[in-house]
Amino acid sequence: MNTIEVNNLTKKFGKFTAVDKVSFTVKQGEIFGFLGANGAGKSTTIRMLIGILEPTFGDALVGGFSIKNEPDLVKKNIGYMSQKFSLYNDLTVAENIRFFAGVYGLDGKKYEERKKWVLKVANLEHMENVITGSLPGGIKQRLALGTAVIHEPKIVFLDEPTSGVDPISRRNFWDLINELSEGGTTILVTTHYLDEAEFCNDIILINAGKLIAQGNAKALKSNYIKNPILEIESERVVDSLEILEKEKWVGETSIFGNYIHVILNDNKINEGNIIHLLTEENGIKVQRVEKIIPTLEDVFIHLIEKDSKKNVQ
Amino acid sequence: MFNRIFAIAKKETRQLKRDTRMLFIVFFFPVVLLAIFGYAINFDVHHIKIAVYDQDRSEYTRDFINGLISSEYFDLVTNIDDDKEIKKLLDEKIVQAVVVFPKDLSRKLLSKQEVKIQFLVDGVDGNSASVIQNYVNAATYSYSIELTKEYLAVNGKNMYVPIDLQPRFWFNPDLQSTRFLIPGLMGMILIITAVISISLSIVREKERGTIEQINVSPLSSIEFILGKTVPYIVISLINAGIVLLAGYILFGIVTKGNILLLLLGTFAFLFAALSLGVFISTISDSQQVAFQAANVTSLLPSLILSGFIFPIESMPVAIQVLTNITPAKFFIVILRAILLRGAGISAFWDQLVYLGIFGLIFIMLATLVDKKSKNK
Ligand SMILES: Nc1ncnc2c1ncn2[C@@H]1O[C@H](COP(=O)(O)OP(=O)(O)OP(=O)(O)O)[C@@H](O)[C@H]1O
Ligand SMILES: [Mg+2]
Repeated sequence: MNTIEVNNLTKKFGKFTAVDKVSFTVKQGEIFGFLGANGAGKSTTIRMLIGILEPTFGDALVGGFSIKNEPDLVKKNIGYMSQKFSLYNDLTVAENIRFFAGVYGLDGKKYEERKKWVLKVANLEHMENVITGSLPGGIKQRLALGTAVIHEPKIVFLDEPTSGVDPISRRNFWDLINELSEGGTTILVTTHYLDEAEFCNDIILINAGKLIAQGNAKALKSNYIKNPILEIESERVVDSLEILEKEKWVGETSIFGNYIHVILNDNKINEGNIIHLLTEENGIKVQRVEKIIPTLEDVFIHLIEKDSKKNVQ
Repeated sequence: MFNRIFAIAKKETRQLKRDTRMLFIVFFFPVVLLAIFGYAINFDVHHIKIAVYDQDRSEYTRDFINGLISSEYFDLVTNIDDDKEIKKLLDEKIVQAVVVFPKDLSRKLLSKQEVKIQFLVDGVDGNSASVIQNYVNAATYSYSIELTKEYLAVNGKNMYVPIDLQPRFWFNPDLQSTRFLIPGLMGMILIITAVISISLSIVREKERGTIEQINVSPLSSIEFILGKTVPYIVISLINAGIVLLAGYILFGIVTKGNILLLLLGTFAFLFAALSLGVFISTISDSQQVAFQAANVTSLLPSLILSGFIFPIESMPVAIQVLTNITPAKFFIVILRAILLRGAGISAFWDQLVYLGIFGLIFIMLATLVDKKSKNK
């Protein structure tokens, strides 16, 4: 069953098109990753899907309600955590929870129960009276997620919930997302950390407002890059890269720290050719060359470059 | 619905308690204004201490002096009988002015000659000196007119004054009792605190991004705004109480009219002022812009155009039309009617209607701007 169905969703700000005919579906209970660089149009799409920004064209059904015609019903059925910190920094933890519970009409036993749950997931069980602004970033984000789902919505939108958070806290945060998902909640989450995309059941990638790839991580890796990829570890990384880029059989290249990834245009080329080129012709010592399965990063760099070239033409 | 409004109001109150800047604006600001204006009104022109050097000792001089000291502006400190004392009294600031009646005053008056009364004013504080001088002039002038009238009446004629001298004073244009100014002060204090506080508190949510979370919640804009205004309405009522109390302590003003009517008028005024504040919040993106806009639309008009200090009737017609941009104008009429005259609702119901219209216009404008920004 599809919980979210997006159909040709488009948003224009004046002449500028921020979201361009985007369509996709999200199944119930899945973690749906929404990827794209800064300014790709992720937040704009989400703000339309939660009913606070009107689309220019197109529509979407969220939990069965049209975002265009029934935005108020959409709002009733979702939880949302915005990209900016969404709690009040000048209130205490308990006051923030109390406020959002009040807004969603929770009281009595239900309120006590949910409050307990939020404090537990945020790891703030004995810190109710701490001013929220003074908490560390990772804890703040967990508290924000907890309060965003205090009314137990079936669909949750998270806009870059882990940006600016340290890796361990990010890990904890994803544990929480998984927990929600196991409970049957559908989660749509934007991020630009590609390692996080690996945790998603399904992923879409948007670039300059357009959807350019879709599928789960495994499918993306095998469907979008057919040619072999080599990972090269050598001295003088930048020089090596320049030399490689001059060759006809080299497609796209990228640097990952000390490594170079090369997508080959020619199936006949192998590790030996690389060592020959770098070491024998140019005197650069090569520690290691091996064929690898592409990472999501390879896939996205490949797709975005392809898309940009298309746009130039 | 009430639960949600209550949730917002409670949250707003908690934030306010921790926000020293806002507390300063809503509580300290009124006290400062009250002190400045109270001082200017009260101590500069009230109870001017005078001494009298009456060389004539006639019925006329007694009348004149009684006229002076029966007003609240002059207090007779002492009578003297030697001009050497004048310098001492002024130098030692025992009095601020000395009135000297010449020996032949009554004789001259009776023989219809011109008479000169001498006022010696302590000129060290130029500002007070000129205020005192103006008061003295006005008092002398009115006594002079009275004498003329009396004289004419004795001769069976009515008086016609071709050119009437009307001295105007900064703080008290018509030489009315200072109590006339309290309603204006109250209007000004309430509008400034209401407009600034509500617009800042809404814009802050925009600036920090918390408004997004409110927007996706089941809260309607009306609930949100009502909830937000509750604490500021309470504060405004407290401030109104403080001004009334100050009016009582400083000027002995006791509210003549019905307290419930006073409350009704104040609510109508707060509705208009808060609508203006909400409108400002929709057109401002930062607290700084909102603060400026709130200041410009509330402080200056309520000071200059509301009839607080300058009577509206004596303004040019174009300016008179312009005075409608501040709801303080209507509120002041209501307050003067209730506080000073003890009038009933029939005296000011039209002002209540104007306040209602004013508030509705700005709420509508705010809704329009808000709708537009949703599609932007
Ligand atoms: N209200 C607006 N008016 C005009 N342009 C806007 C508006 N909101 C967003 N944009 C533009 O639309 C584009 C997409 O913005 P959006 O915030 O959706 O990107 P994003 O993918 O969320 O990026 P980020 O990772 O930085 O959050 C950007 O170029 C942005 O400048
Ligand atoms: Mg964004």
